Amino acid sequence: MVTNAIEVREISKQFKLYTEKQTSLKERIIKGGKMPFTPFWALRDVNVDIHQGETFGILGRNGCGKSTLLKCIAGILKPTSGEIRVRGSLAAMLELGAGFQPDLSGRDNIFLNGSLLGLSHADIEKRYDDIVAFAELEDFIDNQVKFYSSGMYVRLGFAVAVNVEPDVLLVDEVLAVGDASFQRKCMDHVKKFQREGRTILVVSHATDVMRQNCQRVMVMNHGQVITIDEPGEGIRVFLADLLGVGTLEHSESGGIVGNVLAIGTVTAEHGGSGERMHLYPGESLTITADVDSLAPVPNGMATIAIHDDNNELVFASDPDDPMCAVEVPEGGGMVRFHFPEVPLLDGTYSVSVGVRSATDTAIYDWKDQVTKFEVANPGRATGRVRLLPDISFRLRGLGYTGEVPAVGAEFAPSPSILPGWEESTA
Amino acid sequence: MSLGIEKPAAADSEPERPVVIGGSTRFVPGQSNDRITIVNGKVQLGQRLKDLWRNRDLLILLTRTELKVKYKESVLGYAWSMLNPALVLAIYYMIFKVISRTQQPHFAIWLFCGLLVWNLFNNSAQGSTTVVVGKAGIIKKVAFPRELLAMSTVGVAVVLFAIQVGVLIVFLAAFQLTPDWGSLWLLPLAFVALLVFTSAVSIFLSAVNVYLRDTQHLTEVALMAWFWLTPIVYPFGQVGSHLAKYHLTWLYLANPVAPIAMTFQRVIYNQTSYIPTKNNPGHAVVPLLPSYGDGWYAMMIGIVFVVSIGLFLLSLVVFGRLEGNFAEEL
Repeated sequence: MVTNAIEVREISKQFKLYTEKQTSLKERIIKGGKMPFTPFWALRDVNVDIHQGETFGILGRNGCGKSTLLKCIAGILKPTSGEIRVRGSLAAMLELGAGFQPDLSGRDNIFLNGSLLGLSHADIEKRYDDIVAFAELEDFIDNQVKFYSSGMYVRLGFAVAVNVEPDVLLVDEVLAVGDASFQRKCMDHVKKFQREGRTILVVSHATDVMRQNCQRVMVMNHGQVITIDEPGEGIRVFLADLLGVGTLEHSESGGIVGNVLAIGTVTAEHGGSGERMHLYPGESLTITADVDSLAPVPNGMATIAIHDDNNELVFASDPDDPMCAVEVPEGGGMVRFHFPEVPLLDGTYSVSVGVRSATDTAIYDWKDQVTKFEVANPGRATGRVRLLPDISFRLRGLGYTGEVPAVGAEFAPSPSILPGWEESTA
Repeated sequence: MSLGIEKPAAADSEPERPVVIGGSTRFVPGQSNDRITIVNGKVQLGQRLKDLWRNRDLLILLTRTELKVKYKESVLGYAWSMLNPALVLAIYYMIFKVISRTQQPHFAIWLFCGLLVWNLFNNSAQGSTTVVVGKAGIIKKVAFPRELLAMSTVGVAVVLFAIQVGVLIVFLAAFQLTPDWGSLWLLPLAFVALLVFTSAVSIFLSAVNVYLRDTQHLTEVALMAWFWLTPIVYPFGQVGSHLAKYHLTWLYLANPVAPIAMTFQRVIYNQTSYIPTKNNPGHAVVPLLPSYGDGWYAMMIGIVFVVSIGLFLLSLVVFGRLEGNFAEEL
């Protein structure tokens, strides 16, 4: 039986977009009390249950309503219709240090901010030392906050927010703050929250953050829920549907360069073709290009290039590799590029295919980004390339005594994995 | 992803048990989540009152913050808070005592009693118009009962009120005047009624000004008129007879600040009439206040209190309606 920490039921939120803001009485009287506005639905009939103890992500591009939903859950905005139920205490980190008074000291601001987040005075007093230690501001706590550096400011904000220790924590893209060591500390704290069984709701458009931390993600667009799924699938949907990458498309035949040879249909097939649109990292990929030719092309060189969704080149074949030589007879045929294993991680990749002359610089035909394939990573590794490190651990001065499970596997510390650990720390 | 090589902590192996670190009880799943918060478009008055009560610590902090921010950087600090009332007092004293030559004894004390009440009301109402707009940054990012912002301006006014009461006590001692000890019990009642009424007005104004920024300026003008409709510099006795002729006394007293100011004057000034010594052949008595007993004043305060409670609840409902869109309007 799963208990829901947050239940969102039929939530809609309408914003009124005024053509010109008229807030003075005079202007209202002139307009007869009516102000022209365009209704804008930031949220439309959103339904979602967030389970207790789960880390849930909301993905979507700017203006999709994800922050509005978060603000509704936090109680900052009131929904136009619908209802949200939150079980237990809730703290929202929409902006670190929101509500800090620059003229007050760090100490006063801890109390003010803590109270704003719903702590009683006694609670804050209990946690005060933890907060100061976490923010690493022992020496500056009695200085006015306006003299703090932006890093100090943000650290204090985060320290207060996490020490509120809510049952439900709402986070809006604020984790990427501070220097590397502080970020690590923040992530450690988030992990600790997860271990303690607290519910975390993260809003972001950073897919790697989602993949690493969330159990489920919800993809939103135009104020509506597109899908609620595992991070891998959710991110794939997010990238495909929302960034406008689109599903696999096939190209039309283009013009013939040099009027000799033309590349027609280019298709991508992969290890999972037929079952799913995307392939998993490590699966095979076959690109097949249909080639028409009016005359025999004995000295052809087939080339292929792969770009990622940022249009960065991932791979281009060696143009002089004799393996790429093709001999196209009159009438044409099929050129097949086979990759036994695609070591790529998440993303939508576009394929460009060309045939050029091996003897001179003539290009018979070149189809730029003519087809696409998608890789969806079911695991939690992020980045572009799938590397598989072997990782082991040893104590200094000793040989390698055991193996630590590879990346992606659950790490369970036990004496058998780390022999000698107990002795060395005792 | 990250390969954490760490010594297994006690908290990991037994996450279900409360772990006490540094005196604070840590989170236990399933223990603290009996509270269910419901967010929807409706205004739940009971819930709002409960939230206000639960966040009373925040009210104190917001008030303290306001005061600190206001006076922290100035050398004279809180002395500045007295400068404005002192100047007002001095000006009216000059006009009425020196120029108009009123023969009312201890006119400064009389003035002080009324101004005390008026300053509390005036400071709160005037301050509340800008408080929500001024705190847009917090309102957009943090969820808390926003009425507390308006109530914090009342809190600030109460602190200034307390300082002024201290000064008044010094004045009374200096003039060797004694308040009416027997009627002193009326003062706390009057103060509470004034507080409720002031809070109601402040909460209402703070919300309305978000949508109609004119409220701020309108309030300034309205308060000026309101001041002269309240018996502060002139005694009620001077207008009372004229009003009675047209049966309008009730209308005058419908101003909730009036009975409260009169109560303060009645108890502290402790004189309901005086006999002028100069140019007064028949030794005519000049009435200052109604000479009814404490019961009349108590009744007036009671009426103000009941009406104010009603207004307070109404202002919470209005605030609740308008609050929903604060974050987008600001």
